[in-house]
Amino acid sequence: MKIKINGEPRDLSPPLTVAEYLATLGLEVERVAVEHNHRILPRENFAEAQLADGDTLEIIQFVGGG
Amino acid sequence: MDDLIIAGRRFHSRLLVGTGKFSSNAAMVAAMEGSGCEIVTVALRRVDIDNPGDSMLAHIDRAKYLLLPNTSGARDAEEAVRLARLARAAGCEPWVKLEVTPDPYYLLPDPVETLKAAQILVKEGFVVLPYINADPVLAKHLQEAGTATVMPLGAPIGTNRGLRTRDQIAIIIEQAVVPVVVDAGLGAPSHAAEAMELGADAVLVNTALAVARDPGAMGAAFKKGVEAGRQGFLAGLGEQREKAEASSPLTGFLRD
Repeated sequence: MKIKINGEPRDLSPPLTVAEYLATLGLEVERVAVEHNHRILPRENFAEAQLADGDTLEIIQFVGGG
Repeated sequence: MDDLIIAGRRFHSRLLVGTGKFSSNAAMVAAMEGSGCEIVTVALRRVDIDNPGDSMLAHIDRAKYLLLPNTSGARDAEEAVRLARLARAAGCEPWVKLEVTPDPYYLLPDPVETLKAAQILVKEGFVVLPYINADPVLAKHLQEAGTATVMPLGAPIGTNRGLRTRDQIAIIIEQAVVPVVVDAGLGAPSHAAEAMELGADAVLVNTALAVARDPGAMGAAFKKGVEAGRQGFLAGLGEQREKAEASSPLTGFLRD
């Protein structure tokens, strides 16, 4: 399935939840915020949120800033 | 030094520190520790999916420092509100340093979009600390909208030019009903002292610490500047005069 992640198209194999995808990247849940199809996805829903063909995902983290 | 209170929360330090541009996480932590700050700003950006790296958050003791996410990168109110909501979703307390800077050259804040975003975020329960140009009228509008502070700039971000907006900031301070935090452009401890002597409630510094040869020592130097300025302000500065006024008695000279 084609998913647009942080602005770039990616090809992922279903079935896959947001939590599972983050785990493949080695990203701890506590360090990110996620928008799934332009809506903020609460952390407690990462495990249930299934990715589907055509979805968009934004994965955001804190960086140094003034 | 007397405590700083923002939105009912008490802080011992009147120096806020930004975490950008440091050469390493160790340098960032050294600056934070040297400065004695209790509030640190952070930004939100996309994770590099191909190279997620480690998280700078792992280096910040959340029991010691309040994370103040900024909305840097936002070009309008909508983008700023989105970033603030994401920061909250990322587990931050609902505090936000609101900045809307559509102009990439001087990074000057957009007053119209900042006010619009502030109104939305206050309604959503955020503690809003807006970064603004040193505009007393805008500062009033923001306070009326319910912001927790106003944060006028001393000079454009990262310029180290000091308190170029001094006269305007003095008016903001005179009229303020919330803490005034001078943000941006302060490049030396003396600049921080000057802002505090003027009656600012706090200052925020980033670049000056990040580019210092010794960020930890520069943090400590700014801490002293802030404390000296605050103490001088509270002690009551003498009036400036045009002509000399002798400190020594004008009688009893050894002459006929």
